[in-house]
Amino acid sequence: MFSKNVSTKLAKIFLVIFLATTVIGCTSNRAKKDTKNVELEDFISDDDIFDDIDKAKKIFYSLPSPLETAMLIKSAGADYDHELLNSIDNSSKYTTNRSLALNLGIYTTDLSFASLFDQTQTSINYMNAAREMAVGLDITDAIDDQTIKKLENNLNNRDVVMDIISETFLNSSSYLKENDRQSVAAIVLVGGWIEGLYIATKLVGNASLTNNKLVDRILEQKLSFNIVLRMLEDNRKNEDGSDNVDIVNLMMQLKDLNTAFDNVKVESTQIEVEPDTIRKVTALKSQTKISITPQAFKELQSTVDKLRTDFIQ
Amino acid sequence: MKNFLRAILVVSIFLSINQISGHAQCKGFAKKICKLELIPYIHDGNYHAAILTEGEEAELYKTFFSGQEYRISICGSDALPEIEFQIIDAYKNVLYDNKENNFARTWDFTLESSQQLKIALKVPVGNSESEYPASGCVAIMFGFKE
Repeated sequence: MFSKNVSTKLAKIFLVIFLATTVIGCTSNRAKKDTKNVELEDFISDDDIFDDIDKAKKIFYSLPSPLETAMLIKSAGADYDHELLNSIDNSSKYTTNRSLALNLGIYTTDLSFASLFDQTQTSINYMNAAREMAVGLDITDAIDDQTIKKLENNLNNRDVVMDIISETFLNSSSYLKENDRQSVAAIVLVGGWIEGLYIATKLVGNASLTNNKLVDRILEQKLSFNIVLRMLEDNRKNEDGSDNVDIVNLMMQLKDLNTAFDNVKVESTQIEVEPDTIRKVTALKSQTKISITPQAFKELQSTVDKLRTDFIQ
Repeated sequence: MKNFLRAILVVSIFLSINQISGHAQCKGFAKKICKLELIPYIHDGNYHAAILTEGEEAELYKTFFSGQEYRISICGSDALPEIEFQIIDAYKNVLYDNKENNFARTWDFTLESSQQLKIALKVPVGNSESEYPASGCVAIMFGFKE
């Protein structure tokens, strides 16, 4: 049994620790919401869908994951081009949190892209490169020896391969988010998303922009770009209220991309909902007109190229 | 005084443990329970989960692309009442409301053109006679078909 003195002291210690963690938690959240940087905020568009965001609610922003990005490129009829992937020889260059996070996203998109085109050895190589980035970020157990072995044993079963990729990405993003490293998780997503844009814009090359499904996919990313900016803005502050330098720098880097996407015109009609009682898959019917001039598309290609070159350095 | 301090000690330990383990439980919950609801769709790999309390609401913003077939899965842990969710478009039209579908935990859909949609969810206040509102994990997951 504790003596009266010991238990009283222990209770006081726990009380102090509890109150301190609670107060720190509350103040950091408040600081996160109150402080605004007018310059950065100015280029976050006022899309209708974001009009009534209630700050009191829990807000999630979801970007296309590396796997979805690769799937969108493939379903647009694109071909595989190994030369477009970030070389795995670069992996040892990445030592900072920023470069490790960006390239975890980039290598995971490359891995997804290679896997969807049944590039078996490349898939293993890129899984190892992604693992190197995860280890560098101290993400424990996201990709372990067993994961690599499971991948090697199922290389001819695309469904299992996709499940492994999805699982490893879930492991790393949940680890980061649950260890209060949401800003790193956001940078990983941006890296993966830019890699998808890079691969797609390179694959279009000088092809005609009209009736080109891959071009449409690229231009549609204007919708995701709004989400990128809001997600980064949400993670712009450190716990102590100071700016997160990696996030702020990334937002500044994305300004040119914002200008490039400004030239994309998107017009949508209202959505009509058509339930399918047999297949139980609802169809959302609407028409969207999306356009860009050839010159503006060239600028978009060049902006993405510049960003990606910086990310893999 | 002694009883008061003991009570604080117990509450502090309980709340600290709850804060530390709560997040980890959500990861396991999302992976082992919610993800299974996506089958036969492929999970995109993204993780969106949080501990919510009765009466709390959350929103998620995502772009969905034309030609893809998607499944949204929203599930809450057993401690919570059935989660309510709506899918809302940029014109603020409600495209789907699971309250009108027996609180279904999944919704499958395709899009003729790519759209940015909002998923608004609410943990309703349950009928429990407990003095404290229930809290638990809520996960939002997306699957697609190749």
